[in-house]
Amino acid sequence: MTSKTGTKRQAENEEWVACIARIRDAQDEAAFARLFAHFAPRVKAFLMRSGADATLAEECTQEVMAALWQKAHMFDPARASAATWIFTIARNRKIDALRKQKRPEPEDLPWGQDPEPDQADVLALQQESDQLGDAIAALPEKQRVLIEKAYFGDLSHSEIAEQTGLPLGTIKSRIRLALDRLRHAMK
Amino acid sequence: MTETMIKHHLTDALLMAYSAGTLPEAFSLTVATHISMCDECRARLASFDTVGGTLLDRCESVEMGADSLAATMALIRGGAAVEKPAPRRVSHGVPAPLRDYIGGDLDSVRWRPVGMGVKQAILPTSRDATARLLFIPAGASVPDHGHRGTELTLVLQGAFVDEVDHFGPGDIEVANEDLNHTPVADIGADCICLAATDAPLRFRSIIPRLAQPFLRI
Repeated sequence: MTSKTGTKRQAENEEWVACIARIRDAQDEAAFARLFAHFAPRVKAFLMRSGADATLAEECTQEVMAALWQKAHMFDPARASAATWIFTIARNRKIDALRKQKRPEPEDLPWGQDPEPDQADVLALQQESDQLGDAIAALPEKQRVLIEKAYFGDLSHSEIAEQTGLPLGTIKSRIRLALDRLRHAMK
Repeated sequence: MTETMIKHHLTDALLMAYSAGTLPEAFSLTVATHISMCDECRARLASFDTVGGTLLDRCESVEMGADSLAATMALIRGGAAVEKPAPRRVSHGVPAPLRDYIGGDLDSVRWRPVGMGVKQAILPTSRDATARLLFIPAGASVPDHGHRGTELTLVLQGAFVDEVDHFGPGDIEVANEDLNHTPVADIGADCICLAATDAPLRFRSIIPRLAQPFLRI
């Protein structure tokens, strides 16, 4: 985990949000290239940790980034940071390409999304995302590793148990402790 | 569809696994259907997605191939429909994710009788877990059973009572191998549930156990 100041992260997310808006409004390839340079290597790492080999991960990452372009009009910065939104696209691609399964999604809320989200909402969401990121970084190593494995390793708790040699009960209680800490940090 | 009376929610473990994308399809379907009915769990899911986004943003990276940006632009120009945007209509009866599996509303379910008035319909999901709709006539019960794995039971209509509590529309019961229970439909109305299991149920009396291979319960 790298550590950056909250201000820098906010400036960064503002830039990603602006890039996605320029893709949506003007099919801006330079904006896309900036997003690509930052996120594509991270998406590729995520897919490789989930079990894809380098070739498949490269191919899926290109598809994830292409989907970002095509779905730019669906991004709502008051509901998710750019990183979170891209994570959900990458995760869905992982389920489809690596696990060969469908992913049923909840239906949308009836009121849909605002065409122009309130800047205060966007900022509040970004601050909370930062706070959560710092709280994750501050977790005891043992807890953080298990959370990362649960998200990135494509492992169920019992598979994590096999891999780490830890009893299932220990894994469950460490993850529970980690979530308690995150909740406490978000209060 | 927002149901404010929901008192039985998804566990953190299920929400996290759904967010991480590691659940079997039958479980994802049940989770997505509950979230369609429950604003509280929808908000909790957003937090778990944010954990995923944060991990992605702060994780190490792996260098992309030299021509990867150009290749991606070619994909975009080729108009490859990478992920077709699903029509997310908002329903008033069956939540959209479940309706996709039924192919319509509850009227279009093709029920198969399993005895004592109880009916079921198995939904087409990947084989690592099973999703089924259960129809339990008012006042009737599903045979006493235990589980080897996890069983999720989401009430769509009516209500049931078991050793744990009373479950109404939108409520989800998360049962593990420690629980032997006999769900009984509320006397007021027929109960329809969506149930997902990752291992065959264990019935405690001999007759249902014989029937098990045929019912695929």
